[in-house]
Amino acid sequence: MDINYKIAKTYIFSNKKLTAVAVLGVVLGMSIYIFMNCMMVGFNKSSNTSIFKSTSHIRVYKEDQISKSLIEKDGNSKNLIINPKVVPSNNTIINPNMISQIISKIEKVTVVTPQVNTNVFYNNGKSQISGLATGIKPDEANLMYNIKSFMVEGDFDVLKSNPNGILIGSGIAEKMNLAVSDNLNLNSSKGVNRTFKVVGIFKTNNSNTDKTKSYINFSAAQQLLKEGNSFVTDINVNITDPENAEVIADKITRITGYKAEGWKQSNETLMAANKMRKIIITFVSLTILLVAGFGIYNILNMTVSQKINDIAILKAMGFKGKDVIRIFVTQALSIGLMGVFGGILMATLLITILKNVYIGGDIGYFPIDYELEKYIQGIVIGLIITFLAGYFPAKKAANVDPVSILRK
Amino acid sequence: MENILSTRNVNKFFYDPIEFHALKNIEFDVKKGEFLSLIGKSGSGKSTLLYILSTMDTDYKGELIIDNQLVTGLPADKLAELRNEKIGFVFQFHYLLPEFTCLQNVMIPALKLGKYSEQEIEAKAYQKLEILGIKDQALKLASKLSGGQQQRVAIARALINDPLIIMGDEPTGNLDSKNTDIVFDIFQELTRNYGQTIIAVTHDDDFSKKSDRIIEMKDGIILR
Repeated sequence: MDINYKIAKTYIFSNKKLTAVAVLGVVLGMSIYIFMNCMMVGFNKSSNTSIFKSTSHIRVYKEDQISKSLIEKDGNSKNLIINPKVVPSNNTIINPNMISQIISKIEKVTVVTPQVNTNVFYNNGKSQISGLATGIKPDEANLMYNIKSFMVEGDFDVLKSNPNGILIGSGIAEKMNLAVSDNLNLNSSKGVNRTFKVVGIFKTNNSNTDKTKSYINFSAAQQLLKEGNSFVTDINVNITDPENAEVIADKITRITGYKAEGWKQSNETLMAANKMRKIIITFVSLTILLVAGFGIYNILNMTVSQKINDIAILKAMGFKGKDVIRIFVTQALSIGLMGVFGGILMATLLITILKNVYIGGDIGYFPIDYELEKYIQGIVIGLIITFLAGYFPAKKAANVDPVSILRK
Repeated sequence: MENILSTRNVNKFFYDPIEFHALKNIEFDVKKGEFLSLIGKSGSGKSTLLYILSTMDTDYKGELIIDNQLVTGLPADKLAELRNEKIGFVFQFHYLLPEFTCLQNVMIPALKLGKYSEQEIEAKAYQKLEILGIKDQALKLASKLSGGQQQRVAIARALINDPLIIMGDEPTGNLDSKNTDIVFDIFQELTRNYGQTIIAVTHDDDFSKKSDRIIEMKDGIILR
């Protein structure tokens, strides 16, 4: 073993208490950093999961158009439209099959499914609830939203064989006292009245969705709107990584000419909250790690002051400045490594405990998991901080003038 | 006999708190195998001179030649290598690393030099400790030894790389007469039998009288 490391090792073990305190600081900083960041990832994952139960990564639809002047504007003339309005054209996507095909050929796109949304009234006897009936192609929609995973009653697959089938949210079922195989009457905005048979009840744990949403067959929704079988209001697209939604949405807009909107755009409030949470957690966890770094810095500064005679004699005996730096940086990094190791164990322990805590409601078990990326991030940042915390005192030690010490 | 160390027109100034001309045109040669004592009253500049000769103090004017090499102006790392290989130090306050055993203390400069394997160095360290009569203390922590013993360990450490020159700053200053005699005898033996050169700053007249040559300093100049 190199003599510099030998000396560093002796210093670490000759003052076990100081070393232990410094290590403990890093352990705490490290574990809190990893723990908090894993928790943040867990929160985001859980909120995203609940978003993706009813929202696709990208939604393609035809945007309303405001009336434009009929005459093309030339040089001097002024455009003048009095009382501009939404042009009364229907909001169907033209030739949806072709557009679906085009979109599905784009890289990273996993699921493409058309959808027809219609506002409806649910009627059962005297009670009436307004809500949204979504016409879906059951297989594709299940791929996209994984509806089967939050079915609480009935069988999703029956929807495929029964054109009059309807899946309703648990809130509607409760309010209207409905069970599977009961009948439910729907009134559409176009005045169409039709009776459906409840084939299943789902529960997303988002009470607003559960109280208003229902899934019906694609064609049934078209009929409710008095439209033909080429009428599609939305094309929903899922991609491999939801983080890329914005980029791919732009691409879709450019290719198809229809408005494509990423899920982040349609959930801006939630995204803002996520962002804020991220800032706070990053700031707090980094600060804690930094404080641990200051602990190491202090302790090494103290060691350097205590060992100033040793440093002088080592330099007299032919140790170079960089040897001295190596000795103290080694000491700092050893403390850092021990702390990082301890921190990993402690973070894992904390996460394991919290993972098994049942919160209930929308969330279920505490949404936290072992995030490898955050572990690596913590280790890297922790080691960088300990290196810096060791480097500055070491630099000071390297600049010790042996003559001034030895002549005292 | 060839010169092992020479100074040419060395001048040293201190600027703090006031400008002070500490060494004035110091010029002398030291022959290989010489036992040289630097004496003089406190403030005469002898310690200042020793630290310039040691290459640790580089803030001076003039030239310093060690082993036919001009060392003035060499970068700090080169000087450190030179000290490691060619110069051994013995200080008044022994300055061992207290958390290491005597054996480790002796081995450190040789491990730094890295010329021999660890086993060889250990054998050599034991041999040096034996010459100084403290082989039995080898595995004790340096801080657990008496002052005289520590000083002998420090000498053993100074010898481990078989340096050309051994420099001592009051090497017997903290020792009783019995230990002083032991240290002196060791130094003498080193010059006679091993051809090593010794330059020691001392207040001890008995010690200096017995050495081969005395350089007496006063007010920054060499008297004789």
